[in-house]
Amino acid sequence: MFHPGDWDTGMAEDPYKVLGVPRDATPDAIKQAYRKLARQHHPDLNPGKPMAEARFKEASAAHDLLSDPEQRARFDRGEIDAAGQEQRPPSSYRRHAEAAQGARYGDAAHEDTFEDLFAEIFAARRAAEAAPRRGDDATYKLAVPFLSAVQGATERLTLPDGRVLDLKIPPGVVSGSVLRLRGKGEPGRNGGPDGDALIELEVGTHPELRREGMDLHKDLSVSLRDAVLGGAVLVSTPSGTVRVTLPPHTDTGHLIRLRGKGVAAHAGNPAGDLILSIRVVIGPPDAALEAFLRDWRPAPVEKPENAPEPGAKAAP
Amino acid sequence: MITLDILLARFTTLDPGDLHRWIAQGFVRPEVTGGELRFEEIDVERVRLILDLRDVLEVDETALPVVLSLVDQVYALRRRLRQLEGGSRLGGE
Repeated sequence: MFHPGDWDTGMAEDPYKVLGVPRDATPDAIKQAYRKLARQHHPDLNPGKPMAEARFKEASAAHDLLSDPEQRARFDRGEIDAAGQEQRPPSSYRRHAEAAQGARYGDAAHEDTFEDLFAEIFAARRAAEAAPRRGDDATYKLAVPFLSAVQGATERLTLPDGRVLDLKIPPGVVSGSVLRLRGKGEPGRNGGPDGDALIELEVGTHPELRREGMDLHKDLSVSLRDAVLGGAVLVSTPSGTVRVTLPPHTDTGHLIRLRGKGVAAHAGNPAGDLILSIRVVIGPPDAALEAFLRDWRPAPVEKPENAPEPGAKAAP
Repeated sequence: MITLDILLARFTTLDPGDLHRWIAQGFVRPEVTGGELRFEEIDVERVRLILDLRDVLEVDETALPVVLSLVDQVYALRRRLRQLEGGSRLGGE
């Protein structure tokens, strides 16, 4: 590619030499010399000849200087040099004419209009393709296990093109949450930045746990004996097994709140709770229990046909 | 995209009457939007070329259409060539 700057040294040449005129040339002789060079070297009339543009600029600069009597006198007295001149703006009709927009002045008699139309479209597309362009965002779906959404996790995502992304899942995400990985989308073109990967999460379910906001709910089966007499039971939670002490007379529907055992704390949100809902189970057949119940005459209670209210303690 | 006033301010040697004649003859092809002429960069440079042809190269106004037609043909061919080369640079560029 031709850079006008390559010829800067030529700009500082003696303007008389550039135009090929003696130092005492008349203004008219200077003008004629310039016109002769311009006819020969005008860049718009010499596309594809970079030397022509350089010569023309040189001649224009020389002419600009010498055609102004005051500037010429100052140059002759050595007050200014040839490089001190303002230069004529580089002629650039050629650059436009050779590009797609040049079709504006296409010669209709010599050009197939439709071909030209397509040429324009293709040229515009090539120009667009050559410009830096940010890569597209790529959208993916990722199934996230229930516990990963509760505790936070790093899930590995293999993209269709084989790339592997390790995605940090913050605690508390829900189905439909979108994570953005900067620069992990489609590659940018011509130096443009890469797009982002947008990953939509689909949180799975859990056989024992249910989520409500930051809290988790779980049914806890307890034996009749533990329910009546109280006792310690082991409860598995997302963050490990904990020992829970049941008070005596813990009936079905009783709720036990384990603080901080729900969705993990994240980004200023405190951790949720794990809420255990007690379910008393009778257990396998037991001859001793049956024998006891045959002889057992419990004290009458009000509304024996009603299940206890959730959360209510066993009736005294 | 510039207006007629800005174009005239940019070329001190440009006479509005000359410009109107050139537009009428199709030498310069600005767009008309809302009753106003709008000049793209290529139109501005086209005007500069025509001024150069007339004032510097002393192309007579009667010869102007011939010269412009030849210029247009050269550029049409060069665009075509560039297209056939699949966008690769032409010699000398």
